[in-house]
Amino acid sequence: MVETLFKLLEMTVIIGLLIPIAAMLVWVERRMIGIWQDRLGPNRVGPFGILQSFADLLKILGKEDWIPPFSERLVFTLAPVIGAVCVLMSFAVIPFSPTIGVSDLNIGLLFFLAMASLAVYSVVLAGWASNSKYALLGGMRAAAQTVSYEVFMGLSVMGVVLLSGSFNLREIVLAQENGWFIQSQFLGFVIFLIAGIAESHRLPFDLPEAETELTAGFHTEYSGLKFALFFLGEYLGVTLISAMSVVLFFGGWMMPEPLDSWLPPLMWFIFKILFFVLFFILLRTSLPRPRFDQLLSFGWKYMLPLALFNLLVTGALKLGGVYG
Amino acid sequence: MVDLHHKPEKERKTNALLDAADMVFSQLRTMALVLKHTFTKADTVEYPEQKPYLAPRYRGRIVLTRDPDGEERCVGCNLCAAACPVDCIALQQTIDDGGRKRADFFRINFSRCILCGFCEEACPTYAIQLTPDVELAEYDRQNLVYEKEHLLIKGVGKYPDYSFYRHSGIEVDINGERKAKGDAQQEKSPIDIKGLMP
Repeated sequence: MVETLFKLLEMTVIIGLLIPIAAMLVWVERRMIGIWQDRLGPNRVGPFGILQSFADLLKILGKEDWIPPFSERLVFTLAPVIGAVCVLMSFAVIPFSPTIGVSDLNIGLLFFLAMASLAVYSVVLAGWASNSKYALLGGMRAAAQTVSYEVFMGLSVMGVVLLSGSFNLREIVLAQENGWFIQSQFLGFVIFLIAGIAESHRLPFDLPEAETELTAGFHTEYSGLKFALFFLGEYLGVTLISAMSVVLFFGGWMMPEPLDSWLPPLMWFIFKILFFVLFFILLRTSLPRPRFDQLLSFGWKYMLPLALFNLLVTGALKLGGVYG
Repeated sequence: MVDLHHKPEKERKTNALLDAADMVFSQLRTMALVLKHTFTKADTVEYPEQKPYLAPRYRGRIVLTRDPDGEERCVGCNLCAAACPVDCIALQQTIDDGGRKRADFFRINFSRCILCGFCEEACPTYAIQLTPDVELAEYDRQNLVYEKEHLLIKGVGKYPDYSFYRHSGIEVDINGERKAKGDAQQEKSPIDIKGLMP
């Protein structure tokens, strides 16, 4: 009973921290993009503009929560919820530190992949229910993009599974005690990261919401709180992909010998995640968006064969006893 | 008929692997270049705290200037109002006891004004001038309608020595003294056109 209560408390704390962190990321992103474009970014609300997200939140709560009369009401309302919930669910299997983590699911990695697939429904349903051409185009793109990139996202992490012999994320982290998987699975990491960017539809793979051509893509018709939920989902998605990269390839909370005693494991984990989040933001500032057919052919023609090649080599080396 | 414009496409040897490497390098290079900007200074001018430099001839808020004697330069000729492309200037001319022409009222609606400076160019007496002040924000639209007392400044503006009535051949009071015809700067005494003397 006490244990259950404790678990519930842990979940509440994790969710209660994740959502403000995702909100803060909006500020971090705007600030960093500003710096990289020789601007300052939002620096007015609070010290260094740190409260900008809360100002934004207050504003967005004050907006009219409008449902277009031509839309499919129920699905329209449900879509953003599905998105945010799926991403939040994925965090259940992330091991934050040796002691923190909601669930030690023995199929944690598969659960993450499944949730990532379910999150597509959010975008597709939003695009469909909006009953508008831009939203529909965005939804269609999201469907095609996510389905294509999911294929090799799953394949790219199989190398890690081969090496660690487990789908349990905590065990995957523990298997990296003698060396992070980035050393042996560099190709797998690159493929996973690219797929992750596409999964969270961030730039340069933000074709579902491509502002320059589709107004706002699948969330064109959304406003107020529902729009905020999409936003929350996107930034949680960035955090999730960063966290997964850290867990799978960068030793989770672990650090090499002299460094690990400097900070508690959780802090190291957060710093590693922050590094990847900054990398995501850097991608957004520097790279242009590909055309849609380029995106798909890149996925199927280059990434999928590379992922298979990576899996093949890893399997051969494992069989050959190179990894012991 | 021979198509002169058609040229065969240049033969280019392609190597898929090299091309891919080139693409990857290009993306990484872009990111490195952007990352370098972490250490460059922002170009932003943080406006309310840090005022940007506005040149003396910047076209901002409009004023009515005075001549060196402290009298209004405006003679109410209406040229500025005629030149104004948005019709934001309204005025009425009167002649006072000393023989001076001046504006009875002079009104500029700054919510219409586009700060084009045509009025300044049209003004024959350098009375109306634009200043390097652009902070014209108001909470109430009506507060942007400036009357003559709001527009008149104490100084001479951009042309410190110029005084219309000291130049012109009009009989007028200057500082309480009557300036007769022919007394103006660079003005000769009037000629008696009915006289016979050379």
